Amino acid sequence: MIEVDIERHLGAFHLDVRFEVEAPIVGLFGRSGSGKTSVVNAIAGIVRPSRGTIVVNEVCLFDSGKGIDVAPEKRRIGYVFQDALLFPHMDVEANLVYGQRLRAPGDRVIAQEHVVDLLGLRTLLRRKPPTLSGGEKQRVAIGRALLAQPRILLMDEPLASLDGARRMEILAYIERLRDDLRIPIVYVTHSVAEITRLADRIVVLSNGKSAAFGAIGEVKDRLDFEGAAEGFEAASIVEARVAAHDGDDGLSTLAFDGGELVVPGVDLAVGERARVRILARDVSLSIHRPAGISVLNVLRAHVESVSESGDPVVDVRLAVGRATLVARITRRSARELGIASGQALYALVKAASLDSRGGAEA
Amino acid sequence: MLELSPQELGILALSLRVAVASVVCSLPFAVLVAHCLARSSFPGKTLFDAIIHLPLVLPPVVVGFALLVLFGKRGPIGSLLDQWFGIVLAFRWTGAALAAAIMGFPLMVRAIRLSIEAIDQRLEVAARTLGASKAWVFTSITLPLALPGIVTGTLLSFARGLGEFGATITFVSNIPGETQTLPLAVYTFTQVPGGEGNALRLSLIAVVLSVVALAASEWLTRRSRRAAGR
Repeated sequence: MIEVDIERHLGAFHLDVRFEVEAPIVGLFGRSGSGKTSVVNAIAGIVRPSRGTIVVNEVCLFDSGKGIDVAPEKRRIGYVFQDALLFPHMDVEANLVYGQRLRAPGDRVIAQEHVVDLLGLRTLLRRKPPTLSGGEKQRVAIGRALLAQPRILLMDEPLASLDGARRMEILAYIERLRDDLRIPIVYVTHSVAEITRLADRIVVLSNGKSAAFGAIGEVKDRLDFEGAAEGFEAASIVEARVAAHDGDDGLSTLAFDGGELVVPGVDLAVGERARVRILARDVSLSIHRPAGISVLNVLRAHVESVSESGDPVVDVRLAVGRATLVARITRRSARELGIASGQALYALVKAASLDSRGGAEA
Repeated sequence: MLELSPQELGILALSLRVAVASVVCSLPFAVLVAHCLARSSFPGKTLFDAIIHLPLVLPPVVVGFALLVLFGKRGPIGSLLDQWFGIVLAFRWTGAALAAAIMGFPLMVRAIRLSIEAIDQRLEVAARTLGASKAWVFTSITLPLALPGIVTGTLLSFARGLGEFGATITFVSNIPGETQTLPLAVYTFTQVPGGEGNALRLSLIAVVLSVVALAASEWLTRRSRRAAGR
């Protein structure tokens, strides 16, 4: 459980953030300059808020009222920085055990051997940081933070300095950590793809304020309409299960409350959970059941609401069973189709990407 | 011809002793001052910085005179040192070491300060989050990473100490066997008729010493750079 309620004034920038979340991975989402790093720095004790409280797993780390401000080295908050920040004068092994050696032997729950195997560091132990690739550096940084025996792990855009292939690799390692070590992770990012793949709960920051927090589906739907998180490409999340595989056509069928979605073959067993992200621009609307079209996914839907804005496009929020979809169509289309709340129609889903295991486009 | 006379050996040994003592004693203070100048801001920092750099720009004789006034037997600091610890600096080789230390101090501080400023401070923050206290961060991260600058600064100050003349002769005079270091001996030989030969021999020793110090500095700096991962 992470409880944050802080204010910080720095020149013209005011940070005023309040959230309480508990999840294996909490996503801290926002554009650059929204205050994400300030929040994790405050949790780590690197910057001091002007006012407020920070409580992690029932341990109070900061309370301006009671004059509590635990020193960063006593907080036991693991921090993985954007650019690894390995100590250049030590080899990989010395980097790994730097924090471990500073903890009392009784507190050393996470074992060195385990971390080395988990992150695939065995062959790197004697290397010096300047000789490592970006992905390797980041893995060592994660291992170093873990061996300091943290209560939670903060990751500040750990993939920002990596290329595409390395990103997927590190993401897979982070999922392994979550499943294997059960350390809560606060994952900071401005990437929707990363957050929907990893996070169970998200906190959205906008201009130094916490715009929303909660389960990822809820928060995203709400934010798409409120427009609080610019840069969040309007999309909806559908929780589904794998219903069947069609090996001949290389397709898989995912079932969810509102119907079925056909997507390119996924490497999940039948019955496994799959989280699907559908971009609002990939959803079209039709008043009648369309015939003779190439789109495979046609779902019955009801209009819940239509966004009001001066833009040439509008976001139409749809109820599909108990799931929610968002369709982005032009204002003119909405007018010509006469779209209004409560109306029954068909949603055509052109593409759905699987979030929990890489990206499969339909 | 190549063999040194006992007198020359004595002069050489004294010079080395003075220079070594001066850098060994001033190094901890130089690291402290350099860290302070690189990392802290406090009122009067500019003035403090200027005072540290004064020996670099003042005539050495003036520094020597100031030392004589402050550390002389009746001076405010010198009398206390004498009373409390029985330490007398005036007209002793230790005084020559103090003069060399003061003159080399700005060079030492500058080099160390530059290398501390070049360290990515986020490395120190990272070490704090891993459980290191401020003191341990300084010992395990800052100092090793500043090592190239510490080596350079030490050797610069050492070389400066070997060549120290003005402050030394003013503060501790020119006493053979006690305060007559190499430059003072060269000066003395040039002042007596027929001393040029001896002056030349000592000057050649000074040249050799300087070249060795430079080469050592180059080698050590490269080594410590590699150790610091740069």
